[in-house]
Amino acid sequence: METKQEPILEVKNLSIQFGGLKAVDDVNFKVNRGEIVSIIGPNGAGKTTVFNMLTGVYQPTNGQIFFKGEEIQGKTPQNIVKAGMARTFQNIRLFCDMRVIQNVLLGMHTNTDYNFFDLVFHTPKYRKLEREKQQKAVDILKFLDLDRYLHDYPTNLPYGDQRKVEIARAIATDAQLLLLDEPAAGMNPEESEELLSFIRSLVTKGFTIVLIEHDMNLVMNISDRIYVIDHGRKIAEGLPQEIATNKDVIVAYLGEEEEEDQLEEVEHA
Amino acid sequence: MKHNNAKKNLLDTKPKKIAALVVMVALVLYLPKSGLLSPYLVRILTMISLYSMLSLSLNLLTGFTGLVSIGHAGFCAVGGYTSALMWQYLGLPWLVTAICGMIMAGVVGLMLAAPTSRLSGSYLTIATLGFGEIVKMIALNWQSFTGGPLGVNHIERPEFFGITLTTFNGGFFYLSIILTALVTLFVYRIVNSKMGRAFMAIRDDSLAATMMGVDVTAYKMKSFVISAAIAGLGGAFYVHFVRFLDPNTFNFDISIIIISIVILGGTGSIPGSFLGAALLISFPEILRFASEYRFIIYGLILVLMMRFKPEGILGGHSHRPFRLMKGVESYGN
Repeated sequence: METKQEPILEVKNLSIQFGGLKAVDDVNFKVNRGEIVSIIGPNGAGKTTVFNMLTGVYQPTNGQIFFKGEEIQGKTPQNIVKAGMARTFQNIRLFCDMRVIQNVLLGMHTNTDYNFFDLVFHTPKYRKLEREKQQKAVDILKFLDLDRYLHDYPTNLPYGDQRKVEIARAIATDAQLLLLDEPAAGMNPEESEELLSFIRSLVTKGFTIVLIEHDMNLVMNISDRIYVIDHGRKIAEGLPQEIATNKDVIVAYLGEEEEEDQLEEVEHA
Repeated sequence: MKHNNAKKNLLDTKPKKIAALVVMVALVLYLPKSGLLSPYLVRILTMISLYSMLSLSLNLLTGFTGLVSIGHAGFCAVGGYTSALMWQYLGLPWLVTAICGMIMAGVVGLMLAAPTSRLSGSYLTIATLGFGEIVKMIALNWQSFTGGPLGVNHIERPEFFGITLTTFNGGFFYLSIILTALVTLFVYRIVNSKMGRAFMAIRDDSLAATMMGVDVTAYKMKSFVISAAIAGLGGAFYVHFVRFLDPNTFNFDISIIIISIVILGGTGSIPGSFLGAALLISFPEILRFASEYRFIIYGLILVLMMRFKPEGILGGHSHRPFRLMKGVESYGN
């Protein structure tokens, strides 16, 4: 209906089972290039598990993941990063005894192509590549308005900026698809407002974004499409306004009315 | 969070750096010849230099990669035995035997790292402890080859250009300084490369490192191999220096001294390894008057250290700005 849409990520019948628990059950979704797609759902719904399967931490028991048209399930995390997908974490996982710029440089690990001999003897290749990567790291920090923290250690940064350093590190991998796991967690309304425009600016720079988020204000304002997961199953998908009025979603988040009545009765008793 | 950009350091320009280096080298060359130092002191300085090298090796593994080894003397023993036995059976010159010792220690490092690569924390540490003891037991029981408890005696001193190195002509001192300088440069370059960053990332958060594309298992093994090879070189130097080697030469105490130096000097700090070695190797000498009480003092220092500055004297976050390569535009930061 709109412009030609090309899926960068397509997930078919994705399932994973831990013992008897179906953590993710038959989930399908699709992300087009240049979109912001959100995955929402109550705590424990299996959102982060989906991310973990996409990035190769867990092997799905069933289903297929296509990234840029290529099947990636079963590949190692290194190869998935190389293919162009990078993530951030729900709890900030920066390398806290490395400087901000070293964190970003680490993001470039897979595409820094010098070997042991080069680094020991400081060959021209090492000098050229290392200078290039350092410049690129500084430029990424500059782009995210973090360059003033270049020399600092991440733990000395304000919370919101630590999140941004994590995004900087993900961008440094040359990823086209960024998976952001609750980027607004622990942010105050102003910070999350700032994050909103920041994520939008990423899209204008050509990134595609999949977002896991609890902050409904952020999700409703930013997402092109939303998928809702509950108890490992996809219960709804659609545009933000559709999701906001979807009965199943309201039930998943707030519970059914009868249950609430019962609860009230118990409380009154 | 401001850093002093316009640092007016005395040693800022290249000619000044070279000049400082030349002065230092001249001083080092002159020291043993000056008559200011007794052979006893030259020997202690040689030992400090040797232990600096060993601590750098362990620091790479423990300080930078976060893998704690308390069997590091095992790698020294492998290097030492390889070198001593190659001299004994094949009569090869020191340089050759030492390089073989290094390689052998590296190979053994790989043999230890491969099965333990999935271990972390204390489990790995216990495995390294076991490794140190295994090396000792092999040396003790393989009598026909290693000489068993009698060890290898009268090991030949290294000879370069017809000059035999001794403590008296300062030869061992010079050799140890050269080796330590090379190892320092080597470790420094590793730490400031993608390899060093991968090591540190594994230390700080190995899952996040995996997710950023670091092959954690491979890099843990690389760290082990490099660290073991340097320790092997140290061992190969030491046995030709003291000219005697038995299974007890590199025992558990040596492993503990090395790890204590790393902890005291500062985990993840290259200068820290030098400071730690200087302090811990000279302590027992300075405290000779205290006879057996000196180990109580020694222990007390370590306990106080762990209580008040667990990251070590020179460990922890650096306050100096990160050194970008020349030609990198930092936009005034």
